[in-house]
Amino acid sequence: MKFGVIVFPGSNCDRDIAMAVRDLLHQPTRMVWHEESDLSDLDVVIIPGGFSYGDYLRCGAIARFSPALQATVKHAEQGKFVLGVCNGFQVLTEAGLLPGALVRNRDLHFICDRVSLRVERTDLPWTQNYRKQQIITLPIAHGEGCYYADAQTLAELESNQQVLFRYCTPTGESIEAGNPNGSLHNIAGICNRQGNVLGMMPHPERAADPMLGSTDGIHLFTGLLALTEAIVA
Amino acid sequence: MSALAEAPFSLEEIASEGIKPDEYEEIFRRLGRHPNKAELGMFGVMWSEHCCYKNSRPLLKQFPTTGDRILVGPGENAGVVDMGDGLQLAFKIESHNHPSAVEPFQGAATGVGGILRDIFTMGARPIAILNSLRFGSLEEARTRRLVNGVVAGISHYGNCVGVPTVGGEVYFDPSYSGNPLVNAMALGLMETPEIVTSGAVGIGNPVLYVGSTTGRDGMGGASFASAELSDASMDDRPAVQVGDPFLEKALIEACLEAFKTGAVAAAQDMGAAGITCSTSEMAAKGGVGIELDLDKVPVRETGMVPYEYLLSESQERMLFVAHKGREQELIEIFERWGLHAVVAGTVIEEAIVRILFKGEIAAEIPATALADNTPIYHRELLQEPPEYARKAWEWQESALPGCTAAGIELAGKAHSWTEVLLALLDSPTIASKQWVYRQYDHQVQNNTVLLPGGADAAVIRLRPQLGEVASTKGVAATVDCNARYVYLHPYEGAKMAVAEAARNLSCVGAEPLAVTDNLNFGSPEKAIGYWQLAQACRGIADACRELATPVTGGNVSLYNETLDAEGKPQSIYPTPVIGMVGLVEDITQVCGQGWRSPGDAIYLLGSGNSNTTLGGSEYLAVLHQTIAGQPPIADLALERQVQSVCRQGIRQGWVKSAHDCAEGGLAIALAECCISGQLGAEIQLSAPDPEARWDHLLFAEGSARILVSVAAEQVETWESYMQSHLSASWQKLGEVGGTTLSLTVDNLTLISASLEEMGDRWSKAIERRL
Repeated sequence: MKFGVIVFPGSNCDRDIAMAVRDLLHQPTRMVWHEESDLSDLDVVIIPGGFSYGDYLRCGAIARFSPALQATVKHAEQGKFVLGVCNGFQVLTEAGLLPGALVRNRDLHFICDRVSLRVERTDLPWTQNYRKQQIITLPIAHGEGCYYADAQTLAELESNQQVLFRYCTPTGESIEAGNPNGSLHNIAGICNRQGNVLGMMPHPERAADPMLGSTDGIHLFTGLLALTEAIVA
Repeated sequence: MSALAEAPFSLEEIASEGIKPDEYEEIFRRLGRHPNKAELGMFGVMWSEHCCYKNSRPLLKQFPTTGDRILVGPGENAGVVDMGDGLQLAFKIESHNHPSAVEPFQGAATGVGGILRDIFTMGARPIAILNSLRFGSLEEARTRRLVNGVVAGISHYGNCVGVPTVGGEVYFDPSYSGNPLVNAMALGLMETPEIVTSGAVGIGNPVLYVGSTTGRDGMGGASFASAELSDASMDDRPAVQVGDPFLEKALIEACLEAFKTGAVAAAQDMGAAGITCSTSEMAAKGGVGIELDLDKVPVRETGMVPYEYLLSESQERMLFVAHKGREQELIEIFERWGLHAVVAGTVIEEAIVRILFKGEIAAEIPATALADNTPIYHRELLQEPPEYARKAWEWQESALPGCTAAGIELAGKAHSWTEVLLALLDSPTIASKQWVYRQYDHQVQNNTVLLPGGADAAVIRLRPQLGEVASTKGVAATVDCNARYVYLHPYEGAKMAVAEAARNLSCVGAEPLAVTDNLNFGSPEKAIGYWQLAQACRGIADACRELATPVTGGNVSLYNETLDAEGKPQSIYPTPVIGMVGLVEDITQVCGQGWRSPGDAIYLLGSGNSNTTLGGSEYLAVLHQTIAGQPPIADLALERQVQSVCRQGIRQGWVKSAHDCAEGGLAIALAECCISGQLGAEIQLSAPDPEARWDHLLFAEGSARILVSVAAEQVETWESYMQSHLSASWQKLGEVGGTTLSLTVDNLTLISASLEEMGDRWSKAIERRL
């Protein structure tokens, strides 16, 4: 399975993601410069965390105009996989690949921490290596991670089961106490209706390397690989 | 007739450049003529303490600077140490105190930006940031504004630039009220085959200006940083630079890419004194000259005059010397990253800095006059310690009110020792700094082994960007200084700062390697200020020699004084911050400070209760509002033994947690291990001497003391190892378990505090006050 990691000026988690898929999972991986417009060789496009174009104006607002993102939209339309992490999630909402928006955290501060998440759905490749309702711990690091959408959008997200990850307490309750940034419905990660585009604020790549102690995030990537193995088989 | 009398400038104009009358005479002598306005400005910044260390240089000479692992010592943009396996680490600390006092957000942000440039200028990719912060009391509104601004500034810059902020220290004391200290340290892993140096080479080689544009921001920041702050300093806000971490991130990538082409012959970042400093230092170091045409420099505003170009401290700029004929390659790389890169000058044979503007010579100065052969002041050292110190040393523990095993009476109210413990945990200096580090991205780059708050030092994996992870090596880093000790006894206090830094590294299992120091002091022109500086330097030199941790560079920030409304100078505590790095051979063999499992045995390494004191302690300051006494004296021989035993215990896997006993003494260290591990402990201490005080037993501070916990099955091996390497300098204190810290002496319970109440005080102390 071939991975491409988009590099905008200001991306800063591009190498971290590449390390997870290239070095830990030994998948062919290439960095995609933001001016590139041909992504046809890729199976999975990843938009990494960071501050694309300095996040001036609004997080992710400028990135959506880049050639690489235009190509990503086409890639998604073909039903291929797109993952946006942190700033990548913000970019996906700005580009209209995912609904809603990410606004300033509830307490207006940047938050770097490890938080509990509940895996809401496991019938998609992204989450098939988790158990349903499994409580996992992933790192977060963002200033604008508060998920917002209007009531109708939220209702649709819920009824279509598009919420994949929800912030929760260590015992799995998605209540205010387990919500680090004020996200509506404790939303940490959502997919599009087809399920091939996933955006999430937590960083699975930061919980992937056993050398650093925490591996709850690696299963997201191995889930995708299991899919290709299934196809090949 | 003196030159000064005939100068084409008024005395005020000369003074406003930070130049003293004698220095003007010297400038006249060296040039053989009067300087013009631009040249006067150039001398002003280059002869400031910030750039030329004119007061501190004679003192810095005594530092040990060489060692087996030292690849680059003082004098370059950063020090470099050899970590083995082909891994080379660049590191350096720098202050941004005065800018942060005036404009905390940008002041702190650009402090981070500046220290990162020192690292990647060498060809190293920045991998970690630490910072050492000091503020006044949180009860003051102004302090709260500064804390919020400084933390937000560091967070903004560090997070965006994508370098994890992994550690640091924060102290609160009224002495920093108007003059906070913001010291930032950065670490980088060499990414180019050769270390990039700053001496200009190759007559005729092109000089490239790269990075951001030049504007009027930060004019004369170096001179501003070398004078006392006053009410009028608030009007100096233009002297504070404005940072853009997005540009810096692009600059990191572009510079590293450029260095790898081999087309760059030398590089220097434009920090303090901008174009002036980079041209003159590169020329002076290379023994050559540089001719630079200001008309080529990309600008962000119109109508600037040479004086403004030369003194601008606009951020995110660098100066390169390229190999002739290869400049276009470099320009293309920078333009791809959306940055400027222009040929703005040439390396010339004559050892002068010649600045052209609109076809004319705007300034022409011998390079060494600016950057090398600069004034030095050998000041008179007080023969006797000053009165404030002698008076403080007279203090004895007997001056404290009496106490019993039950507690102590303060201001007519009885306090149990448990209450005293909780009060200390609530002291912002001791309390959890989570409110601060939670705002810093401490995990980006995916190499953070130990998270902030969980261990005595930060540990980062050393992982080159290309290729598979080949090494298990890591680097540990810490910044330390108990400035109250230094104030009370500059020599001993400085030694303790070095000892504590090494101890913190040893507590995570790292072998201390080298030091970068940030000397934050008051005015050296005052007898007491110079005495503090001189004594502290001697202390650092002695301790670094003894602990085999050479100094590879650092930063000097003097004139940290504020003038109060009556114009009376108030000096900060002398604060020589020690940044230290250590080698972790195997990052899977490190340890944190929290207890790990019930039933583990708890030991105190070191000399126990002898050689400790309440003098200068946090207990004395917080509970008795007294800053007095002889601070603890570092026993460096014992320090070496204790640290070595601790490291060996961690490497062998015997030691499961290790924590240094620092501010608040034994009782606070125990509480911190409990809170961090979310486990209680049962501690039995032997009865002190009949004359000894209970508060001394609990809260006295001293050197070479480390608390460790060890699994029950390893106890025998561990004890016999300690016996053979520490003889009697260790004791068993008790056992991990339960949800309460209970401390007894001969069946008398001195402390009984639940995890919940300790954690509550400790974790909310700072946030509650903000």
